[in-house]
Amino acid sequence: MKKGLLIGLSIGGALLLGIILLIMWGVRSYNNLITMNEDVNKNWSLVENQYQRRIDLIPNLVNTVKGYANFEKQVLTDVTNARAGASSMKVTPEVLNDPQAFQKFQQMQGQLSGALSRLLVTVENYPELKANENFLQLQAQLEGTENRIAVERRKFNESVQTYNTTIKKFPTAIFAGIFNFKDKQYFEAVTGAENAPKVEF
Amino acid sequence: MKRLLVILFVTIAFSISIKAQGELPTLKYLATDLTNTLSADDILSLNRILSAFEDSTSNQLVFLMIPTLNDYPIEEYANQVAQKNKIGTKKNDNGILLLVVKNDHKIRIEVGYGLEGALPDATSNSIIRNEILPLFKENNYAEGVFAGVGAIVKATVGEYKNDAPKSRRRGKSVGGWIIPILIILFSFLFRGRRSRGIYLGSGMGLGGFRGSSGFGGFGGGSSGGGFGGFSGGGGSFGGGGASGSW
Repeated sequence: MKKGLLIGLSIGGALLLGIILLIMWGVRSYNNLITMNEDVNKNWSLVENQYQRRIDLIPNLVNTVKGYANFEKQVLTDVTNARAGASSMKVTPEVLNDPQAFQKFQQMQGQLSGALSRLLVTVENYPELKANENFLQLQAQLEGTENRIAVERRKFNESVQTYNTTIKKFPTAIFAGIFNFKDKQYFEAVTGAENAPKVEF
Repeated sequence: MKRLLVILFVTIAFSISIKAQGELPTLKYLATDLTNTLSADDILSLNRILSAFEDSTSNQLVFLMIPTLNDYPIEEYANQVAQKNKIGTKKNDNGILLLVVKNDHKIRIEVGYGLEGALPDATSNSIIRNEILPLFKENNYAEGVFAGVGAIVKATVGEYKNDAPKSRRRGKSVGGWIIPILIILFSFLFRGRRSRGIYLGSGMGLGGFRGSSGFGGFGGGSSGGGFGGFSGGGGSFGGGGASGSW
């Protein structure tokens, strides 16, 4: 009788210990995932800042270029429209969990990149504009912003990669499933939008 | 045979990783010229100026000159070199990298997060266009670099004060400001003398700058040629700055 009780107690104790360990393990995994999730969100906001900065730069650029006689109207209209499209889209970190919305965001920003680079290529035909100090400064700011976008996108992609790898790895994958941590979206190079298109005259 | 293959594979993989790492230089000095274009005196002067700049403002301005990038984008390279060497302090992200790629005729000023306000892209761009490139186009590399360094220092002075100076010997009140002012003065002097002959004289002037330590208290008895080499402080970079070509 006494022996049975002892065995029962030790089995119960081991079970309890196992459960406690499991819970501790789960808490640790959860906290780890939360940290990574926040890291991705932080990097995302840095990417978004830079896109916003680009959107803010455009009115000045368009106004400076507009002043030059017979500057191709269509190019400017394209930039203005693409800017309106890009700024109309509301972006929250939830976008990262939604492949379609993310795709749309990329597409909108890609269109703006394309329109802007067409504008800069067209400027090559206007030597006066190219020598204008105000325009040169705006161009420098725009180039700087494009470069910042590239850098922040790279950093963002790196953090997403770490996050996505972690939630798929065993055993974290179990907890990621329980707590509903989902895959996040990467930036991909949109064909034709990333590189300045060649414009034939 | 199998073991031989494994060894071969490991060796190849190892050498590839070394090669990939070797493309990003680990910097030991604030001014480095891997093309042997600048004279030893110029490099010494540059190191002293940059070291004084760091001591007085905590901003780390690093100069690097390399021969070629083999078509690698200069923006990416500059960012990676700056990140890898952790230029600037971790707290302020106040590093700047002035990168010159001599044979490709490309130049970039890469600005850390913390100095993007003091040195916005438009300013970096105008420093490259108006201060450096006119001299580079005449093959006056040394003068161009000095002019650029002077302009960058001028732009950034005042953004951050050094809250963790390397040497505590320095007087606290005036000393901190004398050095940047001297740097600015010297850069003006330098710009005033563009011909090659006087250029040497100007270099001597920079040597004399060390002698002025009586006023600024800079590097009084420090060994190793008057500057302490470079070690990164953990600064990070977000792609700010500007590029140019000549």
